Amino acid sequence: MKKIRIGLIGLIISLIFMTSSALAEDMIQIKGSDTLINLVQRLAEVYMDEYSASYIAVTGGGSGTGVAALINNKCDIANASRLMKAKEVARASDNGIQVNRVVIAMDGLSVINNGNNTIRQLTVDQIGKIFRGEITNWKDVGGRDMSITLYGRQSNSGTFVFFRDAVLKGDYSQKMNRMNGNAQIVEAIKQDSSGIGYVGVGYVKMATGLNVLKVAARANGVYASPLNGDDVKTGNYPISRPLNQYVNGTPKGAVRDFLAFELSAAGQNMVEAEGFFPIPKEYEELNSKVGL
Amino acid sequence: MQSNILKHKKKTWVSRRLQEKLIHAFFFFNGIISVIVLLGIFTLLIVTAIPTFKEINLKDFLFGMQWNPTSYLKEVYGIVPMLVSTFMVTLGSLVIAIPLGVGTAAYLSDVASPRVREIAKPIIEILAGIPSVVIGFLGIVLVGPFIGKVFNIHNGLNGLNGSILLAIMALPTIISISEDTLTNIPDSYNQASLALGATKWQTIIKVKIPAGLSGIIAACMLGMGRAIGETMTVLMATGCAPAMPESFLGPVRTLTSSIAIELGEVAYNTTHYYALFALGLVLFIITFLVNLVSDIILNKFEKVNR
Repeated sequence: MKKIRIGLIGLIISLIFMTSSALAEDMIQIKGSDTLINLVQRLAEVYMDEYSASYIAVTGGGSGTGVAALINNKCDIANASRLMKAKEVARASDNGIQVNRVVIAMDGLSVINNGNNTIRQLTVDQIGKIFRGEITNWKDVGGRDMSITLYGRQSNSGTFVFFRDAVLKGDYSQKMNRMNGNAQIVEAIKQDSSGIGYVGVGYVKMATGLNVLKVAARANGVYASPLNGDDVKTGNYPISRPLNQYVNGTPKGAVRDFLAFELSAAGQNMVEAEGFFPIPKEYEELNSKVGL
Repeated sequence: MQSNILKHKKKTWVSRRLQEKLIHAFFFFNGIISVIVLLGIFTLLIVTAIPTFKEINLKDFLFGMQWNPTSYLKEVYGIVPMLVSTFMVTLGSLVIAIPLGVGTAAYLSDVASPRVREIAKPIIEILAGIPSVVIGFLGIVLVGPFIGKVFNIHNGLNGLNGSILLAIMALPTIISISEDTLTNIPDSYNQASLALGATKWQTIIKVKIPAGLSGIIAACMLGMGRAIGETMTVLMATGCAPAMPESFLGPVRTLTSSIAIELGEVAYNTTHYYALFALGLVLFIITFLVNLVSDIILNKFEKVNR
C-alpha cells in the first residue's frame, strides 16, 4: 500500500515537472477578441495536431483584454478585431514592447435582425442613427410600427470599438443592451422580433431565424451582403474590416511558425471554412514587413 | 536510569508549554488574519480610489446620471444609474426571496415530517452550491424568454430577471439560517401557545416567527449581502444597458457588472482604472452599511427579547 502511494506521488511529481518544462519551452499564449476566438482556436488545434509539438492556449475576453495583456507582457499574441490605439502602442513601448501587426483574415461585420422582421437592408447612415438612438422605431426605416431593441457588445470588445468608430462616429445609445459575446447577440436576436445587433460574419453563416442585412454605403448606393466574400474583399460591403493579431517585436520561433501556418494556403482555407474571408493583397504586403 | 526519566519528564513539560504558546499564537493568528485582510482591502480600495477625484468632481461622480468612460466624444463618470440598478435588483430579489424563504423555513421546522425534512434540507443546501454562471445561463435561456412571454415584451433581459435569479441564489442562506433559528426556539413556546388553544398556523405566525425574528432578520441581511455583491448572474441576465433603468421590465446595469465588464480592458493607472476602484469602494461601503444596520437591528431585538 505504502509503496503504491510513494509510486503515485513520484508519478505526480514527475508529471508536474514534465508539463512545466513543456510550458517553459513552447507554450504560446493567445488572448483577446471574441470574434476571432473560434477561428484561432480551430487553427491552433489543427496546427498542434498536424504540424508542431508546441502547445497553444487560446482565450477570449475581448480585443481590449488581449491588447491589455500584450501591453502588460502577459501573452504572446493578442487577437484584435480593431486596430490598436496610438495611446495603447505608446503604453506598450513604455513597457518595452514593440508591437507589430499581422492581418490573418477579413471580416464582414454583419448587422442582423430577427427572421420575422420585414427589413432586409439598411444604409450605413440609418444603422448609425439606429445605434446612436436617433431612430427608435422600425417604421422610420420602412418597417412595421415596433420599437427597436438594440443589442451590442461590451466596451472591452474590439467589435464594439470598430463599429462605433466606423459606423456610428458617435456614442452608442445608453439604452443598448451590452451583451457578453457574439453568440449571445445571435441568441438574443433570434428570440427578439424587435432586435437589431452586430456580430462577426463567422457567427451568422450557419445561423437560422435571423436576417443578415444588406448594407449600402449611401442612400442610393448598391446594397451588398457580408455573406458574399468578393464584396467583403473589394470593400463593396461597407463595414468590412481586417482581423488582426499583435505580437511583440519581429515574431520568432514557435510564434512565427504558427503565424506562418495561419497565413499559409491551409490556414486561409480554414479561415474560409469558419465563415471569414482570406486576406487580400494589400495586407499580404503588410504581413511581409514583419517577415511573414 | 532515574535521571533519564527525569530528563524525559522535563522535556515534555517544556515542550508542552511551548505547545500551549504555539497553539495560542496559532488561534490568535487565525482570529486576527481576517481583520488584517479586511483592513488591507479597505486601504487598497481607498488608496486606489482617491486619484479618481483629481480628475473627476466628486459631485459629478456621486450624482452624475451617465456612466461612459469609453466614450467616443467625452468620458463621463456618473454612478446614479448603477446605484439605482443595484438597489432595484437587490430589493426585487428580497421581495421574492423573503416570503418564500421564511415560509419554507417554517414549513421545514414545524410542519414537515422528519423524513421530508431530512430529504429537503440537503437539497436546499445543494442549491447554494450551483455556480453563479450556471444560474446566469438559466436566466438567458429559461427565465428571460418566460418573462418575455408573460409580460408580452420583446426580451426578458431585465431587472425582473436579475431579481428572480438573485432570489434563487439568496434562498438557501435565508432558509437555512431561518430554519435553524426556528428549530432552536424552546419547545415550551410552542406548547404554551397550543395549550392556550391557538392553531398551528397561529402558533407559527404569532409566536414562533416573532420569537425568532432576530435570526430571521440576520438571515435576510445575509441574503441581501449575497444579492448586492453577485456579479456573473446579473452580468449575463440583465441586459447591462447603462441608461437609467425605467422599470423592472427594462435593462439594468449594476455596480458589480460594470466593474466586471470594464476591469478586464482598462489600462493600469488611468482615470478609468481608478474610477473602477472608486466603484468598488462604493460597493464596499454599501455592504458595510447593510451589515452595520443588521447588527443594530439584531442588538435591539435581543434587548427587547430579554
